[in-house]
Amino acid sequence: MGQQVPLVDYLVLGESPHLVARECEACGAGFFDRRNACAACGGTSFAPRPVPAEGELRTFTIVAHAAPGIPVPFVAGVVDCGGTSVRGNVINTSPDPDHVRLGMKVRLVTYVVGTDDDGTEAIGFGFEPLEGTDGN
Amino acid sequence: MAADEIWILGINMTKFGKHPDLDTVDLAAEATMRALSDAQVTMKDIGVLAAGNLMGPGRALGQQLQKQVGQTGIPVYNVANACATGATALRTAIMAVKAGECGMGLAVGVEKLAGAGLLGGGGQAKSDGARYEPNGRYGAVATIDGRIGTDTMPGVFAQIGMEYGHRYGGTSFELFARISEKNHAHSTLNPLAAYNKRMSLEQIMGDVMIAYPNTRPMCSANCDGAAAAVVVSGAKLRTLAPDQQRRAVKVSASVLTTDPWEEACQVLPNVNTLTRNAAQQAYEQAGVGPEDLDLVELHDCFATAELVHYDNLMLCQPGEAVPYFESGATWRDGKTPVNVSGGLQSKGHPIAATGIANIWEVCHHLRGEAGDRQIADAKVGLAHVIGLGSACGVHILERSAA
Repeated sequence: MGQQVPLVDYLVLGESPHLVARECEACGAGFFDRRNACAACGGTSFAPRPVPAEGELRTFTIVAHAAPGIPVPFVAGVVDCGGTSVRGNVINTSPDPDHVRLGMKVRLVTYVVGTDDDGTEAIGFGFEPLEGTDGN
Repeated sequence: MAADEIWILGINMTKFGKHPDLDTVDLAAEATMRALSDAQVTMKDIGVLAAGNLMGPGRALGQQLQKQVGQTGIPVYNVANACATGATALRTAIMAVKAGECGMGLAVGVEKLAGAGLLGGGGQAKSDGARYEPNGRYGAVATIDGRIGTDTMPGVFAQIGMEYGHRYGGTSFELFARISEKNHAHSTLNPLAAYNKRMSLEQIMGDVMIAYPNTRPMCSANCDGAAAAVVVSGAKLRTLAPDQQRRAVKVSASVLTTDPWEEACQVLPNVNTLTRNAAQQAYEQAGVGPEDLDLVELHDCFATAELVHYDNLMLCQPGEAVPYFESGATWRDGKTPVNVSGGLQSKGHPIAATGIANIWEVCHHLRGEAGDRQIADAKVGLAHVIGLGSACGVHILERSAA
């Protein structure tokens, strides 16, 4: 098996894959890319903070038309992971309003996005519905 | 000396739709010449020009426009502020007049957007490279649009409407489609709208799905168009002819806001707080409340967006946007008619023109010149736009007392 790399640098691979936010040490606001000063409080010190891998689907859309080359349909949404909002797709379920519901419980899972010429796998993430949840 | 009051002296919008033979400068010039004529002034009377264009070829539109209609040496501000570009141009001209730098200013917004297709998402997915190398702010090794959410405008605004549904309940595909049904019905009375066709609920729900729950007619119509306005100080207006004073419309409030930081606002744009802040400031400036409004033109870039702005503009109680719409309040014969022009979904959304065209619509009613779609005895109206990123413009307009 070749090497694996995360699709984005805020995805941490390993036994329990999870996301990591840059947290403002002064006020706790989280960001997924670099900041010079905190947009919330102006603080300038940041530290990594693991984001819970389970959460609740706060909103979604089912994209039927996207830029050329992007496979459709797919479910894009925002998941509240223990107070940190995360942008991601809902995967491993049928992309229709009968299977994707507001408020349903989901968990982060990873999948292989593709393999490059060196045999390195890019690993992406999505959120799949938790079994047996009453997510309405 | 700072101006006490600001008035719209003249205003115009072009027909929205396809103008294959006119470029952005032609369209801006058409709206400008008619706005000047409406104001009964010429370029020689104008002390400042603010020109807005978002998607155009990147030349300095204001100077191009001057070459087309009159080079008088006045300062030009070329502005871009997403879908709030038109309102930003107007606000720029208003600020110059308000600061006392000149007595009269001109704002113009123009866009060529017919046939533009899906906006957002960068137009074309980049193919993944032969070797994975971290790139950009997220260290992405491959395309993330479509893999980590969506960048398309219909998808972003769909989530904004669905989020409201999650918070307060009561939303459904059909409810959002009914909002679109209203705006398409309203546009049948607007000869300047890009589309004038009434659509049934079945037609709207059965049309091509773009991003659930937004079907194609529930999305803003890409089209060409321009709008222009002449603004004047109260002191200057009092020196003008009685007919100019009679037709002038008072700008009781002019506000521009951006979004203050809140959790999640950098994950999914928060269009709510900055709109509520702008509305609050505007009502205070104008000394009126939402119950005083005879009509509202709000930024219905998607059916899912219109719903949340009933709440953000405080037309209804917090959380009550669904029952408020279901009461019929926002139809043209309702308590507070919303988007009697047909809105962005049917009148059309030539981006930089929108924030002046919605002011034109309100002025048209306040002057009693709106013909078949006149809202009877309209005295006060509100115009709202929002641009993602974000920027929100709110203007409150009042009929001349003269």
